[in-house]
Amino acid sequence: MSSTTEYRPKTSTGKIANFVDTRVGGSAMVKEFGRKIFPDHWSFMFGEVALYTFVILLISGTFLTFFFDPSMAHTVYEGSYNPLKGVHMSVAMASTMDISFDVRGGLFMRQVHHWSALLFVAAVSVHMLRVFFTGAFRKPRELNWVVGGTLLILAMAAGFTGYSLPDDLLSGNGLRIIDGVIKALPVVGTFISAFLFGGEFPGTAIIGRLYMMHIMLVPALILLMIGIHLFMVVVHKHTQYRGPGRTNDNVVGFPVGPVYAAKAGGFFFIVFGIVALISGFFQINPIWNYGPYDPSPVSAGTQPDWYIGWVDGALRLMPGYLGNFSLEWIIPFPWGGNNLILNVLIPMIPAAILIGAMFAWPWIERWVTKDDREHHLLDRPRNAPFRTGVGVAGVIWYCVMWCAASSDLIATHFHVSLNDVTYWLRVLFFLGPILGFIVARRIALALQRKDREIVLHGREAGVIQMSPEGGFSEQHAELDVYKRYKLVAFESHEVMPAEADSTGHVSRGEKARGAVSKFFFEDRVAPVTPSELEAAHGHHAPAIEESSEDASIDR
Amino acid sequence: MGDHSHGSPNDPGTVAKAGQGSVESFQDPGLPPHRPRLADVDPRAAKRAERQVTLLFVVSILGTALFFVAYFVVGRTSTFSGIRLQNTLLGLGTAFAMMGIGVGIVHWAKTLMPDHEITEMRHEIRPEAERQEAEAMIGDILDETGIKRRPLIRNSLIAAVALAPIPAIFMFRDLDRTGATANEIVDRLRYTMWDKDTKLVRDPSGTPIKASDVQIGSAFHVIPEGLDDTEDPLNEKAKAVVLLMRLDPREMEISPERETWHHDGIVAYSKICTHVGCPVALYEQQTHHLLCPCHQSTFDLTQECKVIFGPAGHALPQLPITVDSEGYLVAQSDFHEPVGPSYWERG
Ligand code: HEM
Ligand code: FES
Repeated sequence: MSSTTEYRPKTSTGKIANFVDTRVGGSAMVKEFGRKIFPDHWSFMFGEVALYTFVILLISGTFLTFFFDPSMAHTVYEGSYNPLKGVHMSVAMASTMDISFDVRGGLFMRQVHHWSALLFVAAVSVHMLRVFFTGAFRKPRELNWVVGGTLLILAMAAGFTGYSLPDDLLSGNGLRIIDGVIKALPVVGTFISAFLFGGEFPGTAIIGRLYMMHIMLVPALILLMIGIHLFMVVVHKHTQYRGPGRTNDNVVGFPVGPVYAAKAGGFFFIVFGIVALISGFFQINPIWNYGPYDPSPVSAGTQPDWYIGWVDGALRLMPGYLGNFSLEWIIPFPWGGNNLILNVLIPMIPAAILIGAMFAWPWIERWVTKDDREHHLLDRPRNAPFRTGVGVAGVIWYCVMWCAASSDLIATHFHVSLNDVTYWLRVLFFLGPILGFIVARRIALALQRKDREIVLHGREAGVIQMSPEGGFSEQHAELDVYKRYKLVAFESHEVMPAEADSTGHVSRGEKARGAVSKFFFEDRVAPVTPSELEAAHGHHAPAIEESSEDASIDR
Repeated sequence: MGDHSHGSPNDPGTVAKAGQGSVESFQDPGLPPHRPRLADVDPRAAKRAERQVTLLFVVSILGTALFFVAYFVVGRTSTFSGIRLQNTLLGLGTAFAMMGIGVGIVHWAKTLMPDHEITEMRHEIRPEAERQEAEAMIGDILDETGIKRRPLIRNSLIAAVALAPIPAIFMFRDLDRTGATANEIVDRLRYTMWDKDTKLVRDPSGTPIKASDVQIGSAFHVIPEGLDDTEDPLNEKAKAVVLLMRLDPREMEISPERETWHHDGIVAYSKICTHVGCPVALYEQQTHHLLCPCHQSTFDLTQECKVIFGPAGHALPQLPITVDSEGYLVAQSDFHEPVGPSYWERG
């Protein structure tokens, strides 16, 4: 490029910066990102926690790879932990023992790795819930929602493959359950199992294969997805909550440099500090208590890592027999019987429905509302009662399955029969989501009504007045315009009945859409309008009005 | 709460019915006025914040020092309590080192960096003019390849590209390098190392079991004799582990073809759960129930280990046993059906 006057830096840092800048075009990047605006809200923190715990996983995991040996060869433990001295185990288990007892700080790093794994999946999940309940997945962010969902699945895969590596009793039992589930797959199950384990279970190949997936394949995919995810965040710019000065066309917040970068960067260290604190004080996965994998023993009351629990719980809830009829159905083919193992396959259906519905939700909502506009303003969960209801139903369904994975602990802890716990959870499995939907939607509508009340009649000022007649009432203070705007600026979807197409015909799909729309939006609370506010003030001449207790609840 | 779908009589507008939403709405009052923080107006407060931030960074430095104390002073330790202590101190040191930096920076940003919110406009993600330009460009590119005019090229390319990855899938065939054919892969699930006259021995000691050692109410974890001499002891063990128990024969319902499978009420059942394969490790003596700790499948010993609760779909297979001339328990044969989780080809 031609430039007339050449810039000559004076300091040595300036010289280095200029050298790099003239070769990579850094100035343009600084211009693009240096003062980019990011809205601030506590609920935007979970995505950051997810990112930071992943970085901690990369750091601690890389440390572990220097010492971990993923071999299933047979060895005899001779390390410092006396109770297991002389015990036969795999090299993988022995090297994990060595990391724990003979590498200084090794135990700490294992605990950091495991705790940040638990936190990572938790942060991804909560982040997803935040995005769901605020409607941040709407146009133009649908694809980024799908990328996020993929990340959640990858996070679980990373956790499971890691959990299996130490080859202790628990990890081996987890693999055995996976083997059993794989074998239940029709037609291909037996062969997938044989290929995965390199022959029969447990074989001598699986740990090495999982290791490759755990430290290369899955982290690489996660990194790729995170890259796409953040790229799209930059393209879309971040969403923001509705509020004074915040519109669908702007972003209000702090610039990256310095405030946002400082807060976000500082927060990384805080997350790291918290993980270190937990890892210093709380033991996790004490493999020396479990011993090496052996197909015969098992300890009761052991739990998988929390994010696997819901799938395991679904397996537990399913009965193997209905009356005297086994759900292992032998299909009478002419060449002999083939087993359709419904008691293992059916529990996979809720997982498929939950994950499928999660991926499809942005399109479902778009279809029902026929809303094709871009949305950069977030909903408060109460202002989308239908969505909040659906989300709570999903969460409850997940939680019932998750609780089922601890049915034995629930039974022993509360001294009830295990079978009863299972029966109740089976009932809840069906009723829980329905009740959850109804109750959550009711609560959301009630909160919306309360907001209306506050806008129309002011906030309770905390001052109790006694009237000349001796009745007590509370003073209500009118809201300022900013607070009021927060409560009145929202959209409330209305029922859109099925419409005829250009030929005057109402298709079946459109009829279904109309019915769903009616179901979702029949009950709605509209935002207060200026004339309503005026009318409210007109009725109660003074700005500070009185209201008796039950009247304010009844609105 | 009143009925949600009808407003209260004096306030009918609370709940809007379909189609009656109002178009009029409140005007956006714009960003609220900025309220200065203490440190913005009071130099002493700013100075105080500065000192606090510095102090936090010093805490971090002390944390790093604590880490080294834990690493070198506690040092190499082989006692469990030593490891515990070291782990805790390393954690504390790291926590202080990290939190000092983190809290320090955040505090700095919150108290001393500008807290004015800034407004930036969004831009259209895909302006229509750009779409048209891109469309024209892609049209030109496709024209230049001539792919539309020359279907022969296009179709043969599609065929080649569709076929080329298939070898990559076949390459994975050797993930199972035992050399087993498809039939053998299925068949090996059918058999265990139990055979006629294989001794039942205790797990893990390997000592044989005399019928007279097995008392009513007792249970033994059993493996076949010679397990450790096989090529893959774990693979064999994963199929062959057995639970041995003794009941009063009058308490058992025995089907005619199994009359001879027990010895004086001593019965042997596969220990591998028929659900998804955990070891069925818990035996309740009073009820004669076997319980799988993984998903709580419960099998009734008195009814040939039929499933009475939980997700398992068929009974635990029984190993026919008898005694040899010296009174030791031995198998009569292998199991008569595959052990463990069910699979498509099980039949
Ligand atoms: C991406 C998210 C990741 C998750 C959720 C995760 C999770 C886990 C878990 C739960 C364990 C078992 C730890 C234990 O023994 O208690 C583990 C082990 C291990 N992970 Fe990861 N990990 C992740 C990424 C990584 C990465 C990127 C590496 C290396 C570059 C790595 C290397 C290891 C190694 C070597 C082990 C075995 C050592 C041991 O068990 O102590 N991990 N992982
Ligand atoms: S493996 Fe035994 S109940 Fe699931």
